[in-house]
Amino acid sequence: MEALALLLAATFNAGTVLALAGLGLLINERAGIVNLGAEGMMLVAAIAGFATAVTTGNDWLAFGAGALAGALLAAAFGLLVIWLNTNQVATGLALALFGAGFSAFVGIGFVQGKLGERPRFAVPGLADLPFVGPAFFRQHPMVYAAIALTLALAWFLYRSRAGLVLRAVGESPESAHALGVPVRPIRLAAVVGGGALCGLAGAYLSVVYTPLWVEGMVAGKGWIALALTTFATWRPARLLLGAYLFGGVTMLQFHLQGEGVQVPSQFLSMLPYVATIVVLVLISRNAAWIRANMPASLGKPFFPGS
Amino acid sequence: MIKLESRPQPSQLMSLLSPLLALAITVLIGIGLFLILGKDPLRGLQVFFVEPVKNLYSLSELSIKATPLILIALGLAVCFRSNVWNIGAEGQFVVGALAAGWVAMQAGPQLAWMGRGIVVAILLAGVLGGMAWAAIVALLRDRFNANEILVSLMLVYVAEMLLGYLVYGPWKDPQGYNFPQTITFLPETKVPRLFDGLRAHIGSVIALVAVGGFWIFLFRTYRGFALQVGGLAPLAARYAGFSSRSALWTALLLSGGMAGLAGGLEAAGPLGQLTPYVPAGYGFAAIIVAYVGRLHPVGIVFSGLLMSMFYIGGELAQSRMALPKSLTGVFQGLLLFTLLACDTLVHYRLRWQRRAASPVSAPAAAVKEA
Repeated sequence: MEALALLLAATFNAGTVLALAGLGLLINERAGIVNLGAEGMMLVAAIAGFATAVTTGNDWLAFGAGALAGALLAAAFGLLVIWLNTNQVATGLALALFGAGFSAFVGIGFVQGKLGERPRFAVPGLADLPFVGPAFFRQHPMVYAAIALTLALAWFLYRSRAGLVLRAVGESPESAHALGVPVRPIRLAAVVGGGALCGLAGAYLSVVYTPLWVEGMVAGKGWIALALTTFATWRPARLLLGAYLFGGVTMLQFHLQGEGVQVPSQFLSMLPYVATIVVLVLISRNAAWIRANMPASLGKPFFPGS
Repeated sequence: MIKLESRPQPSQLMSLLSPLLALAITVLIGIGLFLILGKDPLRGLQVFFVEPVKNLYSLSELSIKATPLILIALGLAVCFRSNVWNIGAEGQFVVGALAAGWVAMQAGPQLAWMGRGIVVAILLAGVLGGMAWAAIVALLRDRFNANEILVSLMLVYVAEMLLGYLVYGPWKDPQGYNFPQTITFLPETKVPRLFDGLRAHIGSVIALVAVGGFWIFLFRTYRGFALQVGGLAPLAARYAGFSSRSALWTALLLSGGMAGLAGGLEAAGPLGQLTPYVPAGYGFAAIIVAYVGRLHPVGIVFSGLLMSMFYIGGELAQSRMALPKSLTGVFQGLLLFTLLACDTLVHYRLRWQRRAASPVSAPAAAVKEA
């Protein structure tokens, strides 16, 4: 029972990384932009956050640094794809490759860096409940922040005027443009905001989740977050559920290793990646359903006046 | 202010100049980076652009790194031209190396009748291994509409874990002091070298032959033409009766096979055994090689050599200038970034212009603000 509670707690912790990045990518994609550079942004943000945490000792500054790093890289990506109309897939790949190299380069001095276990926030009254307490209510504040963010984003997209405009830009930029909506600035804002969330995810990963810095430590989580947006059919609440599901798969792998299950560890480590493929296959097989939910202009460039 | 004005048709000249411009910008950023780090930029340029081509030995080393890059990039060029986004060449490379390595480990007295012919079997196994790994991507895309970008990338991680399992587990050399590595392959399984005393091997000849083969395939065969139409204008291709399914399979099997061949050459060539360090990033760097080479077989030769210089330059910068080897990745990423930006000039020209009264009603409908 105790073990199960800890497993659940770890699941929410791992899922938070995916949820933050996934929500950021969801905002991008709702505005019609696919940013395949998530992995690169998360890596650069992870080292930016880690370096800040080690030097200043302030986690919130570290999260800010990570978000800023993600936002800056996303802005470069956004300027290229939105104003210079470069291919979104290729530009995103460039960002992913650059981020991997750049983070390894600047992070070389921090490989030995150490951060202690980060303090958890015990929800008063609830944290002491048996089972439920350790499972749900002794988490890092960012875990709750991710849930709040999901709700806020759902409200923003479906209940606010600005959210309606954002969705319009992703569905039909031509119509939005004809109505006088500044399509390209809105897309850039979505890209930068999404990048900041990916950056936050990267910083959370290196400062709270692991907490250490290793070259390539994001290990595909950026790509899994990209898959999550499809899995969630571009809806925030489903994305959060998907993130916890994948967090659970990741944790299950460590749990099984700890239990001494007679399966080579490498096969257990494959689990999250294989699960992503399986989920993609299950979700995508109904092409019509995906098309009905996908932002209609996803990945398509838009130039006003042509 | 600067305006972008669309050209009536893409500029051929700019298409060739853009990679050079991108390289120039990357070098300038590199010089700035060296200055910030307090290193001599001239020394840096020398390490990246002179040392790798200084003498026969360095040229031979250059060819060793350029060979896999060119082979993989050729396959990727076909993919990208057909709008199939295989970005998991790294995984196909690893599985190719695994398949080739397995055949190489079977060598011994009972296979002595094959003589040096076993190298052919090894390389063939590499090709098939890479193809099989890419076929998973094609199958899932074809049957279940699963995004090939994400599937091919996830399979990179799976392939690396598989390699780890084999070299830490069943394939570990019993006499290897418990290091995660297979036995050293027997001499007859080694890919023949071109010259005495140099590591350059026949892989570079194979790569050059492949360049010719891919040129013919892309520009002189019906199938190659059909693939590219499908990439440029899917509706036109469908109207013409070109099957998008067959394009998907062809592109993925070809690129997977090329990546597998590169993996086989690497395993039975410079490596000579399998270790956890088989994946060296060639599969990802080859994406940049393909783009910088304009997705053209001849261009890929030049960009492959350039990227190989980046690799060797990074290693030298580590040993001689005390800079991290990951400098290579920084420059590679920068090059692709700047290239994509410079490619804007292929489709648009820059115009100095006073701010127009109303850009929307301007006669040149395609004028867009920069």
